[in-house]
Formats: sequence, C-alpha cells, structure tokens
Amino acid sequence: MNAETRPLIKHQESAVSTVAAMRAVFSRDMKVAFRQRQDLLNPLLFFVMVVTLFPLGVSPEVSFLREAGAGILWVAALLSVLLSLDHLFRHDFDDGTLEQLVLQPQPLFLLVLAKTLAHWVLTGLPLVLLAPVLGVMVHLDGNSIAVLCLTLLIGTPVLSLIGSIGAALTLGLRSAGVLLSLLIIPLYIPVLIFGTGTVAAATEGAPVGAYVALMGAFLVLAITLAPFAAAAALKISLSNS
Amino acid sequence: MWQIFHKLGSPKWFFGIATRLMPWLLAGALALLAVGLVWGLAFAPKDYLQGNSYRIIFIHVPSAFLAQSVYIMMATAAVVTLVWRMKLADVFVKAVAPVGLVLTFLALFTGAVWGKPTWGTWWIWDARLTSMLILLFLYGGAIALDRAINDEKSAARAVAVLVLVGVVNIPIIKYSVEWWNTLHQPATFKLTEKPSMPAEMWVPLLLSVLGLYLLFGWLACLRMQTEILVREQRTRWVKEHVLARRAG
Repeated sequence: MNAETRPLIKHQESAVSTVAAMRAVFSRDMKVAFRQRQDLLNPLLFFVMVVTLFPLGVSPEVSFLREAGAGILWVAALLSVLLSLDHLFRHDFDDGTLEQLVLQPQPLFLLVLAKTLAHWVLTGLPLVLLAPVLGVMVHLDGNSIAVLCLTLLIGTPVLSLIGSIGAALTLGLRSAGVLLSLLIIPLYIPVLIFGTGTVAAATEGAPVGAYVALMGAFLVLAITLAPFAAAAALKISLSNS
Repeated sequence: MWQIFHKLGSPKWFFGIATRLMPWLLAGALALLAVGLVWGLAFAPKDYLQGNSYRIIFIHVPSAFLAQSVYIMMATAAVVTLVWRMKLADVFVKAVAPVGLVLTFLALFTGAVWGKPTWGTWWIWDARLTSMLILLFLYGGAIALDRAINDEKSAARAVAVLVLVGVVNIPIIKYSVEWWNTLHQPATFKLTEKPSMPAEMWVPLLLSVLGLYLLFGWLACLRMQTEILVREQRTRWVKEHVLARRAG
C-alpha cells in the first residue's frame, strides 16, 4: 500500500471544528467566572467608587459634573477594565490550561478572541449596562447618556482586545499589574479621546455619526489585529516559563 | 547579497564594522551639527513673525524628527526579530529604546520652551503634543517590559510585539496637525514640496537633522557594542578583545 492512500497519522473524524472550539472556550470561561461571583462584582464596584470620588474630590456642582461626567465615566470604565485584565489569562496560566490551549489544532488567535470576548461580556458589558445609572448621577441629559452608552458599547470591547495583548505580554512576571498598566494605557488614549469626544459633540447638539464611525473603525481594527498580537505574546510568555 | 544577510546575524562581524564606522559617524555628526547649529542659532535671519524665539526650531525639529524615525527603525527591527530571529535586531531595539526616549523628551521639552513665548503657555492638550507624549510612554513601556523579563530571548520577542503594536501611534503623530485643527503649526519639511522658508533657514535645519541622524548612528553603534560585549561575554573573541584592549 503506498503512502498516498494511507496517511501515517490519521486525522480523527470527530476533530472539533474551530467554531465549536471557540464556543467551548467561551462557555468554559463564563462558567468559571460565574463560580467566582465576587470577581465579577469587583470591577463594577470599583467603577462606581471611582465615579463617586469625583463629585466628592473635585466638585459636586451640577455644571461641572454635566461637563466632565462623560469623561469621568470613561476614565473609570477604562481603569476598571484595566484592573480586571490581570485575570484574563492568569488562572489558566497557573493551572496549565493555557498550555493545553496553545497545543490545540485550532488557530490560537481565534481561541484568544473567544477568551477576550468572554472577558468583555463579563466585565465590559456590565459597565455599559450600569453607565445610565451613573450618567443620571452626574446629571447628563438623556441624549448624552444614550450616546455615552453607545460609545462604551463600541469602546469597551476595544479596551478588552488591546488589553489582551498586554495581559499576554506580562503573564508570569512578578510586578505584572503595574507593568500591564504602563504598557496598555498609552494605547488606550485614542479610544478615550474619541469616546469622550463623541459624548461632548452630542451634548453640544453636533452630529455624532463621524465619531461613531471612527470608533467602529477602532473596533474593527482591534478585532482583526489584536488577537494575533496577543496569541504571539502568549506563545512568548509560555516559552519563557 | 545573501552573504551580507548572514553576516548581519553575527555580532562579532558587526562589532568590527561598528568599530571602523564609528569615528566617521562621530566626525560627520559633529561637523554637520556644528555648522547647522551655529548657522541656525547665530546667523540665520530672524523670523518675520516670531523674531529670535523661532531659533529653537534647530533643536526642536531634529529631535522630534528623530524621535519618530527611531521608533520606525525599532519597529522594523522588531519585525526582523520576530520573523528571522536575528540576534542583532533585538540588540538594536534594546540599545536604541533609551535614546528614543531621550529624543522624545527633548522634543517635548524644547517644544514647551518654544511654546511659552509664542503660544503663551508651556503645555497645551493639542493633538501633536499629546501624541508625542504617548510616544514617550511607548518608549518607556518598551524599556520597562525589557527590564521586567529576565530571559533574554523572550524579553526581545515580547518587546518586539509591543513595539509593533505601538506603531499605530506614528501615523497619528504625523498627521495630527492635518487631521485636527490645532495650535501646533504644520510640518516644517515635506519631501514632496519646496520648503516655504528661505534657504538660509532650511539649509541649517536640514544640516542639523542629518547631523543628528549621524549622531544617533554613532550612539546606536556604541550602545549596541556594549550590549554585544555583555551578551557574548563567554565567547573567546570577546575575551581576546578585552585582553587586547587592556594590553594596548
């Protein structure tokens, strides 16, 4: 029998498709997260607390809060995403799951994308849902709150995606938390500028279409490029340990 | 052609070339910078609008130019590190990151000094300034990451990924003065257009830029040599080199 008719290694017929693998990674991360509910709650509490600091620390004046509110909410959201990023790969790294993930036949960047998506659903999405309440507390008007939620909805996945690169790079390092912030905050600045710029335009009654389109472009760019960088960084970090 | 490519992978070969190249780089840098800076700072005509205060342009523009240029060079070297795993590429990235940081700081500092008399303020949250500040943070992040990882190879590759991700900032800096209507004046030089300044102004500026490039080349060679000596300290040629130095 020649080699062509009988391959040396036969692929298993029940090989998991990429989409199924992504779905499995996603649902596993969701399950793990829901078994440690405190971890889910902490970034949200942090978000609310940071926003609370501004009226107390700077000024409770309605005029100040109305002007600065969107920026305060955005900065608080950014910081709380940043805090939660350390969890993205850490547990899987510690217990060896991550190595198994890298060894899967499916492309790693898609599995990383699934993990990042789970991270966003667990941390970014709750922030978006909580934002209207805080928006009312900083006296934003209805239209501004709607636009703010829209920018957060587009912007927080970008934060998770860019953050996944930093989380992968700092995996297994001793002072990972601070280093992660150092590496990632510069890359967050454009998202922050456009996120708050959109709300500022809406508050002034200017059209926001162009801003929203630009944020959409950020999101598309992040979805297409960030998982590649994060996957490369993961491989480097794992070969290091 | 391929031979040069292979030789570039050899730190020892580069060390020799750099030793021979460095005096020329330094001499060229000093000559060009001396002519460019003295001409620019002392003899170039006054600006019709800004008087003498514009003269800081002869330091500001070269350092800002180099700050971005060095980042692009680092990104190119980062690609080489990731794709071909060439040793010299990551030596380069590691060696020049602090130089880039200093150049960026110099550009921001001279910009602040220039901004005070012309804009009436040291700092403004303008697009060009903010994106240059981000560049400073990116350099800082790359250096911090490099220091945090002990293993040489993983450090080099991790930094390479980070540098490549940060490259998105470069077009933002470049076009910030055109995309946003800001306080910062448009670019002084464009490759495709005739400069709007008289020759007595742009020639010394060009000389300063070229001089700083050469100075950067010299610094890069020097710092790369140091890094190579540290990395290759166990090899025989380094021991011989050090012994010869001590004897001579």
